[in-house]
Amino acid sequence: MSGIGKSNEKWILLAPAITVLLLITALPFVQTFGQSFTDAKITALDRPTLWIGLENYIYALSDPYFREAIGRTLYFTITSVGLEVIIGVGVALLLNQAFRGRTLMRALIILPWAVPTIVNALAWRLIYHPDYGALNSILLQTGLIDNYRSWLGDPKMAMNMVILADVWKNFPLIAYVALASLQTIPGDLLKAAAVEGARPWKRFRAITLPWIMGPLMVVLILRMIEAFRVFDIIYIMTRGGPSDSTKTASFYVYQEYFNYLRSGSGSSYAIIVAGISAVLILAYYVGTRQQNNGANA
Amino acid sequence: MKRRPLHSVLLYTAVLFLAIFTLAPLVWLVLMSISTPTDLTTVPLNWIPSQIDLSRYAQLLNINDGSGARFLAALRNSMLTAGGATLIALIVAIPAAYAFTRRGAPMILLFVFLATIMMPPITYVLPLYQIFGSFGMLNNTVTLIIVYCALLLPFATWLMKANLDVLPIEIEHAAFMEGASTITTLRRVVLPLALPAIAATGMLSFLVAWDEFFYALIFTSDMSAKTLPVTIADFAAGRVTDYGVIAAVGVLATLPPAILAIAFQRFIVSGLVAGSVKG
Repeated sequence: MSGIGKSNEKWILLAPAITVLLLITALPFVQTFGQSFTDAKITALDRPTLWIGLENYIYALSDPYFREAIGRTLYFTITSVGLEVIIGVGVALLLNQAFRGRTLMRALIILPWAVPTIVNALAWRLIYHPDYGALNSILLQTGLIDNYRSWLGDPKMAMNMVILADVWKNFPLIAYVALASLQTIPGDLLKAAAVEGARPWKRFRAITLPWIMGPLMVVLILRMIEAFRVFDIIYIMTRGGPSDSTKTASFYVYQEYFNYLRSGSGSSYAIIVAGISAVLILAYYVGTRQQNNGANA
Repeated sequence: MKRRPLHSVLLYTAVLFLAIFTLAPLVWLVLMSISTPTDLTTVPLNWIPSQIDLSRYAQLLNINDGSGARFLAALRNSMLTAGGATLIALIVAIPAAYAFTRRGAPMILLFVFLATIMMPPITYVLPLYQIFGSFGMLNNTVTLIIVYCALLLPFATWLMKANLDVLPIEIEHAAFMEGASTITTLRRVVLPLALPAIAATGMLSFLVAWDEFFYALIFTSDMSAKTLPVTIADFAAGRVTDYGVIAAVGVLATLPPAILAIAFQRFIVSGLVAGSVKG
């Protein structure tokens, strides 16, 4: 495949891309890493920055608030992506059936994906509004609650309400990936199983699920990588509150930088978060490689 | 195989539920944007507007109105930022993709490209803020275009590569035999064939940039550079007593991506699926 000669040419073709990424991602990463070993602050004052070794990291790892933020972020990531997978696969199975209006429904579910993240957060904040929200109104009118509630004002409930909003926006991606994979299952395979008397649930477990598992795992990890960075929806819906119950890792670092102006210690938090992301990114790499090797075999 | 009636009932019930789940939040957002403030503050709600009130849209699209001026400036900034970043990202990504497809550049490098943008932005944001600040380039559309270019580049390269992979190599061979340089071959032979792929990549990149909030929040501070997501956040955080205005801003910001997504649905879905599963 690779060659119409001139093998060094690839580096010329790649040079602009590599330059952009070095300047905008690699260089800042190295600087964040460097600052994480200092007591740097964001300030106009001319104060000397001291090298303090691992002190920020030792503090970060023993900081209960930061550990809670990491825990919350993992909860958000796992719950959100877990629900997206369940709903996404369910929707894909549905859209793979023959029914009137199927083409329209397949087109329709792209809408949540197309809604900008900020608008999604805003729409759900209005839906959850404690005084005039649609959710309160519906539940009251159907008799499911007696009094209006403050959905985002209750520390026990807020995170789950944010998760619901996130799931609504992101289930279509998983549904489309699962659907694309479902469409490649040879019909004969399922028919043969049906003739042999396998019940639908058994057919799903024995044939469908293993068939779509590869792509599903890859998109699941991709969504986890994205969910772990969560910031926008939190910023709009709750600003980390009430009583820090939705303060995720990215939001924690953001505040450390721009509210408390501690760039040194903030950088150490950022590097720890990046380390966790790196594990997920590596898993994505392994997943896609297996995917491609499997497809070629 | 004839379907049992019970099966049909279950099937169509499920379809109905899906349609409601998908559409209800959007329908409600639109309804809010055209309901009178009184309808919106009735307890429990008045679902069907007692009269249709289009005044927010008139207000937001009027440059002489305070909210309108902010909204229209943000719209301009978002168009410039997302459009500019997409254009530059494509110009940089196409030769890079060609290097991976036809010049044997190591695939691990493409994965490293992708890994850089999978990292949380908090890893990069502070040094970028400090560097651009030291050049006096904060609150500047050009700065956002540069940062977004890096953000779009890996995915654009990947998507272009996947599409170039399936182009027939014979024509390029022929061009090479006639002594055409790589740049000429790219421009005259590859680009025309790859136009649909470029359009799909461009569209997806534009949507990603249109959606970006975090960098814009930190790098911009007034109407001259604030993008739509940041302006929407301002509207939502401000002491707006009429939720209809906030809803109307949301509807207007959703229209461009929603129209693109519906009009080019096949294109976008296949790009999305390929983009998230293969690597």
